[in-house]
Amino acid sequence: MATLTVSRPPFGGFSFENCRRNAVLEGEANKVGCSLPAARKTGTTICGVVFKDGVVLGADTRATEGMVVADKNCSKIHYISPNIYCCGAGTAADTEMTTQIISSNLELHSLSTGRLPRVATANRMLKQMLFRYQGYIGAALVLGGVDCNGPHLYSIYPHGSTDKLPYVTMGSGSLAAMAVFEDRYKPNMEEEEAKRLVRDAIAAGIFNDLGSGSNIDLCVITKGKVDYIRPHDEANKKGVRVNELEVAQLTGDYKYKRGTTGVLSKTVLDLEVVEETVQTMDTS
Amino acid sequence: MAAAASMMPNFGQQISSKNDLVPDWTRQEVSTGTTIMAVEYDGGVVIGADSRTTTGAYIANRVTDKLTPIHDRIFCCRSVHPTLTLWADPVCRGAWPHLLCGGFRSGSAADTQAIADVVAYQLGFHSIELDEPPLVETAANLFRASCYRYREELMAGILVAGWDRRKGGQVYCVPIGGMLVRQPVSVGGSGSTYIYGFMDSNYKPGLSKDQCLELTAAALSLAMERDGSSGGVVRLASISEEGVERRVILGNQLPKFSTH
Repeated sequence: MATLTVSRPPFGGFSFENCRRNAVLEGEANKVGCSLPAARKTGTTICGVVFKDGVVLGADTRATEGMVVADKNCSKIHYISPNIYCCGAGTAADTEMTTQIISSNLELHSLSTGRLPRVATANRMLKQMLFRYQGYIGAALVLGGVDCNGPHLYSIYPHGSTDKLPYVTMGSGSLAAMAVFEDRYKPNMEEEEAKRLVRDAIAAGIFNDLGSGSNIDLCVITKGKVDYIRPHDEANKKGVRVNELEVAQLTGDYKYKRGTTGVLSKTVLDLEVVEETVQTMDTS
Repeated sequence: MAAAASMMPNFGQQISSKNDLVPDWTRQEVSTGTTIMAVEYDGGVVIGADSRTTTGAYIANRVTDKLTPIHDRIFCCRSVHPTLTLWADPVCRGAWPHLLCGGFRSGSAADTQAIADVVAYQLGFHSIELDEPPLVETAANLFRASCYRYREELMAGILVAGWDRRKGGQVYCVPIGGMLVRQPVSVGGSGSTYIYGFMDSNYKPGLSKDQCLELTAAALSLAMERDGSSGGVVRLASISEEGVERRVILGNQLPKFSTH
């Protein structure tokens, strides 16, 4: 299999030499009472739809670490190339790094061919890399873009299998989003209709799945134009805590007025300049 | 890949099971439950497959195309768990091959897609070197080479079918483990177990192309009715000297039988 990479050619997947040692260490840590930090996962609802002139990608913005929300407004729609974007579900680090690596390789490839990259190329690169790691890279992706052959949409699973479809959903909220798509998808929709459909699908995921939440990001890709709308819809706005007696906002204001802290005494020390040297640097 | 094979499955489970927010089937491998079938007739072959891909209990893709073109006149049907694909060969039928190997991975769409991509590349290269269309037997041997060499890591059962000038229409079966056998008719996948009886009673040598298409459609719809991992639409293709003709039979157009 010929692949194009930046530094060294690709070789076999992960080395599991230290797994047994790590398991023993984890066991000992648990005995003492502490546990190892959980990997940050994007619980997630991501989806994509092909419409008349292009594709619309959508994602929620919640990143979880175990049962706690780690990031209330993370960006799950990653840049691959000017005409190709990719939503990522699964382990946040994996999706981030995988999309960055493929984006870098694709840019080199595009410079080498002298053409705008094709979505099928990005798909091939992603599936070959994920297959090489046999599913240990937990990245489930929705890849969409417009190239010389029209709009394309792929779903890519962590083990390296891909499906080319007119509408796809991934992540823990994918069932809720797929329900919306199966009900209302039509081929050759207009852009506004497609955006509304994606927004509703992500909203279904946000409100019915614990792993997804916060806002809805959209990315509309058409021939020659990309609309990265972040956020498209703030479905979960944080409430404002107000002190009813004073009708003053309690949240978000951590600046204290001058004079809040009383000054007891003041001492001024003049710094005496003893020696001054100038060291020139060759900046050519 | 085989380096730390014994260690792999346990630790994978430990690390991911802590997070209960993400449902179980998101961590499952994508597998093609499947029913696939290929029949030779005089002048070509007819191949058919269902269209369901599952991750655990969720149908990841209900319109999958499991008939993958490897070359102009050569296709492969991809499946997982081809339990008893030695149906048509009278010599092998007695031996019940124990195809439950290792069991670490429930076998996957990723494996079959990856193998098909590799073989398509190798066959394309070979065909350019030869400066003539490749033989179906060559394609089948390339599949066998990959499936046999990586038999411990992969779980993929493939039917290779096509037409070439030397031997006409041919069907080759490459089950898990990497065996290669040519058969006039072959079925594979988890749904194949339900239609061995049907194939035994309804297949005769010397069928015409249309009879083959009808037989394949009937067999696949029977299997899809009974097997939970097979379903969706029936995809058919007939390959001959003239070219490849593809068609799709939607759910409501499937042949109907008395019990359903």
